Amino acid sequence: MGFLNSLRYCLRQTLLSIVRNFWLATASAAMITVSLLILGSFGLIALNAGQFLQQVESEIEINVFLQDVAPVNDLGREIRALTGVERVTYVSKEQALEEMRESLGERRDILTGLENDNPLPASYRVRTSNAEVVPAVARAIEKMHGVDKVRYGQGYVEKLILITRWVNVAALFAAGLLALAAIFLIMTTIRMSVMARRDEVEIMKYMGASNWFVRFPFLLEGMAVGYLGSKVAVLILGFGYYYLLLQVDQVSLFFVQLVTDQQTLGMLFGALFALGVLIGGLAGSISIRKFLRV
Amino acid sequence: MIQFYNVTKLYPNGAKAINDLSLRIKQGDFAFLVGPSGAGKSTIAKLIFREEKPTAGQIFFNGRNALRFRGREVVAMRRKIGMVFQDFRLLSQKTAYENVAFALEVTGVSRWEVRKRVPEVLRQVGLEDKMDRFPAQLSGGEQQRVCVARAIVKNPVLILADEPTGNLDPETSRELMELFLEINQSGTTIVIATHAWDIVNELKKRVIALESGRIVRDEEQGSYGYGVS
Ligand SMILES: Nc1ncnc2c1ncn2[C@@H]1O[C@H](COP(=O)(O)OP(=O)(O)O)[C@@H](O)[C@H]1O
Ligand SMILES: [Mg+2]
Repeated sequence: MGFLNSLRYCLRQTLLSIVRNFWLATASAAMITVSLLILGSFGLIALNAGQFLQQVESEIEINVFLQDVAPVNDLGREIRALTGVERVTYVSKEQALEEMRESLGERRDILTGLENDNPLPASYRVRTSNAEVVPAVARAIEKMHGVDKVRYGQGYVEKLILITRWVNVAALFAAGLLALAAIFLIMTTIRMSVMARRDEVEIMKYMGASNWFVRFPFLLEGMAVGYLGSKVAVLILGFGYYYLLLQVDQVSLFFVQLVTDQQTLGMLFGALFALGVLIGGLAGSISIRKFLRV
Repeated sequence: MIQFYNVTKLYPNGAKAINDLSLRIKQGDFAFLVGPSGAGKSTIAKLIFREEKPTAGQIFFNGRNALRFRGREVVAMRRKIGMVFQDFRLLSQKTAYENVAFALEVTGVSRWEVRKRVPEVLRQVGLEDKMDRFPAQLSGGEQQRVCVARAIVKNPVLILADEPTGNLDPETSRELMELFLEINQSGTTIVIATHAWDIVNELKKRVIALESGRIVRDEEQGSYGYGVS
């Protein structure tokens, strides 16, 4: 019974405090909104950059040119057995010539007569599960018996891997920094509300209130403020992104495909929302801590 | 109920408020702490209430070492003590009623119980018609009585009153003492710090006289005066 009575009292206090400190609460909520907007925009950019990189990655292919005397089937089996290899396609000498003919278009005539003395090598086209393993796989294939040359855009792939890593690290770093900044900002605002009620907190402690009882209204207040702030942020971000998608669709010049997967976006927005509430609650309980030691 | 063993209290500024003091207050006692201003009366109350910690010595509450109490035990102890602060410590944004109710609410008492108990106690201190006033709208004496009501509303096992009659006229002071005596009848231990010598002399209760942080006299059925038998 005591617990329910306390809970009811705490809820009433929370509501009262938000109403009494309306502008302060609004300011805190606005802080959360701004922080989450920045964080969310960053998340959307990272999401799209990730998709773009994945697209580029998926187009990376290792071309393995074979010697004319190569043991074709054995090589194919060996390549398939390497870790990270996803798809292996064989291109015979005839297919290679055919492809070249197609790519030449109108000037294909210059290739006539080569059918009988085909100078193009047979090859394997190898796709890997991700770009990171390409150099290692290429090196392994190079050593195989019957392989003439291995080409995969050396240099270009290594750069891409580096960029991917940097983007990930930078995204994490920036996100962490922003979350910290948001906590700090909200803490400052909630601390003002604590300061205004400092004597109340002290007297509560002297009356024999438990720490939980004193902390709970502030925790709830922080969470409520976080909830409001993140709701606004998620709404703005959601509509903003939707608008952007429409624009891109109309222009349709964009060579990059924007992320439209509902589940991925939903997860990002959900995470933002949860983060806002969490940050609010955290700031609320941290800012009261100092005053509990009476 | 309360034991002090060689307790010394030095404030951070170097003031020695209590000096190697030992003291024993039993369950059901009614004791006065008397002495000139600055003798250390408030400090003793604060040490019992755990508002301050001693520099040296031991303090026992209900047979247990109070200095070893952790958060939860401090909370439990404070719920058992009704403290009348010398500086009132009322919440300025709450009415007299709400201030008294507050003491019950923090301990998780039901609203029904609060509604029943608070007006009852406010009537006992003679403030039944000023329940809805804020502290700023009450005189010093009235605020003091709100403070007393807040201390007794939770039926504590110990009432610690620091100058509870400091702002009261003789008539009201006497009534308040009657109330304390009545509460004491039901077994509640009462410790009152005061320099209202007339009341002390009249009641013939235990008197602990302090001077410069030391006990200079401790008499059952005592009186205020020094060295006067
Ligand atoms: N918070 C404090 N900081 C420093 N010195 C204090 C503090 N409180 C009391 N004192 C000093 O301790 C001594 C005892 O004070 P106190 O216990 O309030 O006496 P009383 O209540 O008997 O008047 C006084 O000399 C006073 O100046
Ligand atoms: Mg005093």
